[in-house]
Amino acid sequence: MLSDITIGQFFPGDSLLHRLDPRTKIILLFFFLVAIFAVSSAASYALLAGMTFALILVSRVPLRMMLRSVKPLWWIILFTFLIHLFSTPGEELAKIWIFTVTWQGLAQGFLVCLRLVLLILLSSLLTFTTSPLKLTDAMERLLSPLRRFGVPAHELAMMMTIALRFVPTLIEETDRIMKAQQSRGADFSEGSILNRLKALVPILVPLFLSAFRRADELAMAMEARCYRGGEGRTQMKALQVTGIDYIACLFSLGLFVVLAFLR
Amino acid sequence: MAFIELDHVSHIYHAGTENEHQALSDVSLSIEEGEFVAILGTNGSGKSTLAKHLNALLLPTRGTCRIAGYDTCEEEDLWKIRQEVSMVFQNPDNQIIAAVVEDDVAFGPENLGMPPETIRENVHRALEAVHMTRFRKFAPHLLSGGQKQRVAIAGALAMQTHCLVLDEPTAMLDPQGREEVMTTVRQLHQERGMTIVHITHFMEEAVDADRIVVMDQGRLVVQGKPREIFAQADRMKDLGLDVPLAAELASQLRKKGVPLPQSILTDEELVAALTQ
Repeated sequence: MLSDITIGQFFPGDSLLHRLDPRTKIILLFFFLVAIFAVSSAASYALLAGMTFALILVSRVPLRMMLRSVKPLWWIILFTFLIHLFSTPGEELAKIWIFTVTWQGLAQGFLVCLRLVLLILLSSLLTFTTSPLKLTDAMERLLSPLRRFGVPAHELAMMMTIALRFVPTLIEETDRIMKAQQSRGADFSEGSILNRLKALVPILVPLFLSAFRRADELAMAMEARCYRGGEGRTQMKALQVTGIDYIACLFSLGLFVVLAFLR
Repeated sequence: MAFIELDHVSHIYHAGTENEHQALSDVSLSIEEGEFVAILGTNGSGKSTLAKHLNALLLPTRGTCRIAGYDTCEEEDLWKIRQEVSMVFQNPDNQIIAAVVEDDVAFGPENLGMPPETIRENVHRALEAVHMTRFRKFAPHLLSGGQKQRVAIAGALAMQTHCLVLDEPTAMLDPQGREEVMTTVRQLHQERGMTIVHITHFMEEAVDADRIVVMDQGRLVVQGKPREIFAQADRMKDLGLDVPLAAELASQLRKKGVPLPQSILTDEELVAALTQ
């Protein structure tokens, strides 16, 4: 069934990482990503890799799920590795046909791949331990200082919230329209690509029409419930910075200092 | 002064264009605080247009509309009016805004700028009142139609509203969902004394109302107690409306000369009258 689809890859839980304020997570993630690219010594990579592994353990997200998030990028990682392996000049290790493998290439390829994997793992940790709603909330709060420059922070977040709410509804609707068309003899699985694309038109047209109608009714319902933009609005579940956020920041600061020395 | 006062209200859609359409003509109606009024009418009778005037989603083209003493044409009173009068719409899917039930119920109070503590308490009480506390962490698409409508009602309650305007809330529901919603509405009316304006084309749902208002082609044609209204079975038929089966049967029997009182409305009353 189409309706089984969940949005994002949130893994519900109550670990330290889950309880961390999403804003703290986003900001720290940003600095860690910068750090991953800024350092170059083996010791600092070992430190970053160790920290990532420790965070995965703390988050209690199964290791298998974490690795699954790397899978879609597997080919890019392999390709990057091979390019570095063959194209870095240095002490010759082996020669295959016209390609020369060097010690330096091996080391360089390994480092770049490690960077990529750490990058993916850390970013996935954010989405695994933060619900899409909290992410949206955090985005609104982090962007709100930019409001005076015309960034519509509240509107963007409201759009995200509504999108999250309506994805399952629209999927259900697509399912229903497809069944209705199939019961009248439409065929979506056979024929050339062009024919299959053509078969999608009778699904998309009613889907769009109904989405517009929904949008209209939703706007009216929101107005009826006193919605008037972000001004003067409060939140039931306002984000709150707690003790663990300060600890996480201090801990990260310590790590950055060590990394700065190790380079 | 009554809680809701419509004074010679007319509404014209697309005024001045070739699509001009008069949806309401010269409607005067007053509804007291704590009253349960059912508005009946066929499609296109103007009953939904009337409903949207009650919380200033539409403004009268002519005439005045006063809600809790505020004129809906006064822009600065708009939010007070919308807090006093809440709407529940027909399609349960298109009025739930948040991706979690309790967040949706909190949407109204958040817009009103209530402090987080108060919101939490209001949301809790509202969900309790519609018996949906168990589902507070659910995603809306996992709920049945009746449950979604109850969430929508909770959203109105959390705003500390005094009057519920329900615009065909049961039209898209199965019989069980209809029963759930109507039980909730009746409960809110009886236990909290809420003012209810219920727009419907199901006659059985109008039986419990204090008063029935019948609309036809944008006009208010007849109003009165359910027993008075349903006694005029033929007139209702002319207006394209049904009457409850028991009332209809009683009226047919009366025509055949069976002496039955005019006020029969339910199956039980009919049986009682026949077996006397």
